[in-house]
Amino acid sequence: MFVLIIWLLAGALLCLSLFKDREKTARSLRVAWKFFCSMALLVLLTIWSIGFLLSLLPPGLISRVIGQDSGLKGVVLAALFGSVVLIQAFIAFPLAGSFLRQSASVTAIAAFVTTLVMVGVLTAPLEAKFFGKRFALWRNSLSFIFAVVIALLMGVVLR
Amino acid sequence: MRENRVVLGFLFLLALANVCLYILNREKGLAVLLTGKNYLLEMLSILPPILILVGLFEVWVPKTVIERAMGQSSGFKGILASYFVGTAAMGPLYVAFPIGLSLLRKGASLFNVSIFLCVWASIKIPMILFEVKFLGADFAFLRLALTIPGIMAIRWILNLVLKRSRLYEEA
Repeated sequence: MFVLIIWLLAGALLCLSLFKDREKTARSLRVAWKFFCSMALLVLLTIWSIGFLLSLLPPGLISRVIGQDSGLKGVVLAALFGSVVLIQAFIAFPLAGSFLRQSASVTAIAAFVTTLVMVGVLTAPLEAKFFGKRFALWRNSLSFIFAVVIALLMGVVLR
Repeated sequence: MRENRVVLGFLFLLALANVCLYILNREKGLAVLLTGKNYLLEMLSILPPILILVGLFEVWVPKTVIERAMGQSSGFKGILASYFVGTAAMGPLYVAFPIGLSLLRKGASLFNVSIFLCVWASIKIPMILFEVKFLGADFAFLRLALTIPGIMAIRWILNLVLKRSRLYEEA
């Protein structure tokens, strides 16, 4: 159902774009194709790795480390992991979804996804170069704290 | 590209591992492939329309429009513009840094730029669709609903903390 809506939305917007400007539409499709090419192999790699993870990890490991009973430790662990790794959301969401199905807690997954997008330990030096050390330090630390808070709230609401 | 070669190398290793696993344990080896295939199908069902949306955004909302929209705005309008501008464009956070800098130069305040950076990082319309697909609508929209005020709070605290810093005077 949701997938159908997305297809319809994309189709409708594409038609609208085509109607308004043929050349721009062609360019947008080229952008989409280039984007696909840049991530296709990586997506394949991720999906295959998910296959390995889900069939080889001892059942219960994920839920033990970042599951409901892992408490604040699991949440902070997930948040730290999300802050350090540099992966695209395109790849992170399926991975996070597979963990969620393996009974990881909503809180930990929310912490992981939120810090993944908002906190960048690896990109912080670059950010500091552009906006100053204090700015980068504070923006990233505050984002980390808020990510954990958001995650805890989500854990309370979505049980 | 070099990055591609690294990824290909890893893919090769995975293939090798999969063959070994299959020889050692037929069932597990097949299970890996089967799980992978299911995820692949799930991915392919949603990827094409999202890619189309990404392409359309990129072309119809070019980065110069973004800069113009935020350059002169200030106050509440600037905050709002920061939100909208951040959601529309695509790309990882480090793409946003140079744009943020040029926004600063064009007169946007550092704190609106901080909103822009946070929004750019966390709220992307195609990404939200992706999140709904893989993590569920409840999850995605609740996270969105909490992230928006969260970003406001971060901006507010940043404002307090950095008030006397050099950058603030520059900006």
